[in-house]
Order: sequence, then structure tokens, then C-alpha cells
Amino acid sequence: MIELQGICKTFRVAKRKSGFRRAVKALVSREIETVHALSDVSFTVKDGEMIGYIGPNGAGKSTTIKIMCGILTPDSGNCVIDGRTPWKERTAHVRHIGVVFGQRSQLWWDVPVCDSFDLIRDIYRVEETAYRQTLEELTELLNLAEILKTPTRSLSLGQRMRCEIAASLLHRPNMLFLDEPTIGLDAVSKIAVRQFIKRLNKEQGTTVILTTHDMQDIEALTERILLIGKGRILLDGSLDELRRRASVQKTLVVEYSGAPPALSAGMTLAESREGRMVITLNPAVCPASEAIARIAAQTDIVDVSVSGISAEEMVAALYQEYEI
Amino acid sequence: MKLYLKYLSIHVRSSMQYKVSFALLTLGQFMVSFTALLGLWFMMNRFHTVAGFALPEVLIGFSVVLTAFSIAETVARAFDVFPVIISNGEFDRMMMRPRGLIFQVLAAKMEFSRMGRLVQAAAMLAYAIPASGIVWTPDKILTLVLMIVCGAVVFGCLFLIYAAITFFTIEGLEFMNVLTDGGREFGRYPFAIYGREVLKFLTYVVPLALFQYYPLLYLIGRETGKFYMFLPLVSLLFVFPAYGFWRIGLRNYKSTGS
Repeated sequence: MIELQGICKTFRVAKRKSGFRRAVKALVSREIETVHALSDVSFTVKDGEMIGYIGPNGAGKSTTIKIMCGILTPDSGNCVIDGRTPWKERTAHVRHIGVVFGQRSQLWWDVPVCDSFDLIRDIYRVEETAYRQTLEELTELLNLAEILKTPTRSLSLGQRMRCEIAASLLHRPNMLFLDEPTIGLDAVSKIAVRQFIKRLNKEQGTTVILTTHDMQDIEALTERILLIGKGRILLDGSLDELRRRASVQKTLVVEYSGAPPALSAGMTLAESREGRMVITLNPAVCPASEAIARIAAQTDIVDVSVSGISAEEMVAALYQEYEI
Repeated sequence: MKLYLKYLSIHVRSSMQYKVSFALLTLGQFMVSFTALLGLWFMMNRFHTVAGFALPEVLIGFSVVLTAFSIAETVARAFDVFPVIISNGEFDRMMMRPRGLIFQVLAAKMEFSRMGRLVQAAAMLAYAIPASGIVWTPDKILTLVLMIVCGAVVFGCLFLIYAAITFFTIEGLEFMNVLTDGGREFGRYPFAIYGREVLKFLTYVVPLALFQYYPLLYLIGRETGKFYMFLPLVSLLFVFPAYGFWRIGLRNYKSTGS
């Protein structure tokens, strides 16, 4: 159970201007700017939930994660995770969480992966039999058998990410924070990572909080989405809810043989080629079924497909709507 | 402690991955030690007393400071590169581990080539002990041990403060070197020769003199009070302000990047 209430965090940043003269001036007097990284952030996550935490760069995602991991102390507000305040009871708290930062490694660079794992076992004081069992499971699920003896620096990014995830789960945390776990991965590795996370959440009931810019991650994994922008939580709901909210437009692609059909109210032509039309629909005026029926009456339809907007477009629309 | 050894073994295995680099570094450290010993030899040829201290007596003081500094540096080397540990995000990771932070920082970087300086300090000590003409009774041996051990702790505290300042700013750290490297360099001579004000500062604020100057007086028989023998223990009080400062810095930690 994660409860955040009214979390605020500001950073004081010294403003630097470019140019030698200003740099010299900055030695004497500096302009200090206060950046509100988080203002009044509150949300609750139940055990076993999987949350997608999204927002543009610099919105405050990482700051929130760092507060939940006990790295940063907020200026005000409360955060209670499984009955503990992260920054007050750091060691007790971190024993129960796993964290993966996609852009940073937690493995020791020059030694084989299994040596890193052994050291992590000792750091967390994991009991030997439990460790063996966990490692065996993870090795099988993440397909690590062949790379355990390889030094981290020789691994490909996809291999390394699988090892990172395994490393963060060796102590069997009941909560997992993933900060951009699929960044830079190829399609196969991405799918492997996603499948594993999904399975972990379903079978072990691990609470997962995922920040990402990859909307396919969100579509594949999470039921609930938190949208943050400029340090505030803007939306909290399911992907479908957001989609309904973001836009009601649908896209209709028709392939036909014969005369091009005429469009009626609620249909806008987006693209047209010989035998193919892309039409943007406003379902309030003209539902998809009706649109298809009308077109079918005028021409022979070879193929037809209807799609809502992609998650990517939806999020872009949301960012625009909130001007973040 | 067991975990520290595990970290140690990881570091050994890591540096063995780069055999040539390791060999060259050790060789380089040896050369540095060697030139320092040469400098010592020249110094001995030129001067015979400093502010009323005979050279062998000065040497004892110097080798104590150097040994203490080298021990502190070998163990607490990581604090020296603490700005790097912070900026590459390693410190974030440490905060996510259920272990003490100071322990993790100490275990994060071990520089075996630094042992070179330790060897040099030990060699100097080995020379100065018989050359000083001091009769080594058990109480004097104890005094010497206290000087070295407490000295290492005080230098360690200075490194800790150095690291804690990094939480607030990464600029202007150089002034701390006056106390760390400077402490080592000025420690060549009994601190009293720098004047009364400096001695006061080094007694009450940064207690370098507590493990060098005062017990040295006892060692060479200028003072006979047992009080002087145990002054190095008083310097251990420096641990509290140093640790307090570290805690304050920690609360101010800002982390870096995304």
C-alpha cells in the first residue's frame, strides 16, 4: 500500500548564463531560482496494482520515484509505504522494494553478472536456499543461463536490462519501481521484459510502478495511469477513460473497388488514393457502423478497418490540452 | 566486516581485469614513494634541529602523521571521489540498499595502488623509531599506537566532512585540502612551530595537534604527565561534529539527473 499526501518538493538552482563575462559575474553574485518539482502530489496505490506513471520530461516523475525510494526528503507532505516513511526508515523500507533505473546500472561493471548477484545477496542478507531458488526462477523466466558468467560490460543492452531486473528482485521485494525499463531496447527484448513484468504482477502479486515514455509499455501493462505535469497530478484513471476523454475521433480506412463513395456529415477525408480512403469520423454525428453502411451502399468494399487514436497520439493530445 | 571483504574481492577481481593498468599504477606509486624518501634524505642532510626539536624527533611526528593519513586515505579513499559518486548516480543506488551509507561509500572504491604511500610511511616509521633515541617502554609504545590510530580517525573525519560539503555545493571544495593534504604536509613539523594561534586552532577546532604535537612531547620526554599520553583519545570527539555535518548534508541531498 502506497499513500502519498500533499507531497511538495522544491529545488534551488543557481542560474547560469552562457558567456565568459557572465560566468565571471556569477562568481560574485548568483541568481538563485526556485524550481517547484512537485506541488501537492497525492495518490494511493493498492497492493498488487500496476500503475503507469507518465508525463513529459521534467514533469516530476523521477522526483516522485526518488521520494518513494527514500532518496529524497520532500519539503512537506506525507508518504507512507507499507506503514513506513521512506526517508525516515530508509534501511527497513528499501529491504522491501526493488528499483530499476533504465539508464543506470546497479551491476558491477567488470565482474561476471553472477558475482554481482552474489554481492547483492550479501547486501540484503538473503538466506542461501531462498536465494538459490529465486535465482533459479529468474534465470529461467528471464533466460539468463548463458549470460550469468559474462562481465556486465560485455552484455548487450537487452541482456543487461534482463539482468538489472533480476538483480532488483533477488531479495523478493513486494514492490517494484521501474524507471524507463524498456528505453533503448529492441522489439524482442521489449516484449520479453513486458511479458516478465506482467507475469510477476499476476503471479506474485508484486505492486509495480512504471514510468515510461513508451506508450506501448503502458498499453501492454497497466490498467491505471497517473499523468503528471509541471509537478501536479493531472489525471488518474484507466487507459480507456483517458482515451475517451482525450478525443472521441476514430479513423476509418476503407479499401474499395468501383466508384469512390461520397462522404456525408461527420466524415472528413484525411487521405485518398485510387481504391483506398482514410476517413476521420466523429462518432457523435456518424457512428462507425452507420458510416460503413453508407459507404457499402455506394461502392464495393474490399477491406475496412476502424481504429481509435493510438496511445501515443492520445498522450500527445493530453499534453497539449494541459499545456505541459 | 564480512561484507566489506566481499566488496574487497569484487574490487580485486575488477582491477585484475586490467592487468597492465594495475601493474603500471603500482609501479607509479612506488616511484612516488621513492622520491618522497629521497626528499627526506636531503632534508636530513641539511637541517639538524627545527624549533628546538632534534631531527629524529621531528621524524617521529612526521611519520605518525603520514602513517595516519595513509591509513585514512587507503580506507576512506572513496570520500575523495565523492563528487563523482554523487554525479554518476551511484549514491542513489547506495541509498536503495539496506546498509549503512558510510559503509557503502567506503566499500565503493578501493584503491590498492594507494598502499604505496602506506608502505612509504611504514618505512619511515621503521627508520624513525630506533633513530629517535627514545627508550620504548610499554607506555610509549601505547602512546605511539594511539597517535597513529586516532590520527587516522581524525583524517577520516576530515574526509567525511569533505564529502558532506559535496551535498551543498561541488564548488570551492579545494579549501578542505588545506586541512587534509595540508594537515599531512604541515605535519612534517611539530605544530607548535606555526605559532600559538595555529596551535590553538589545531587543538580546539580541528584536533590535529592532539594526536601529533602533545603526545610527541610525551614521547620525547619533554612532558611527563600521563595526561599528554591520552590526548589522542580526546581527538576522537571530532567524530561527532563530523558525523552531524554528514547527517545534515544528507537531508539536503538533491540527487542528479532523471
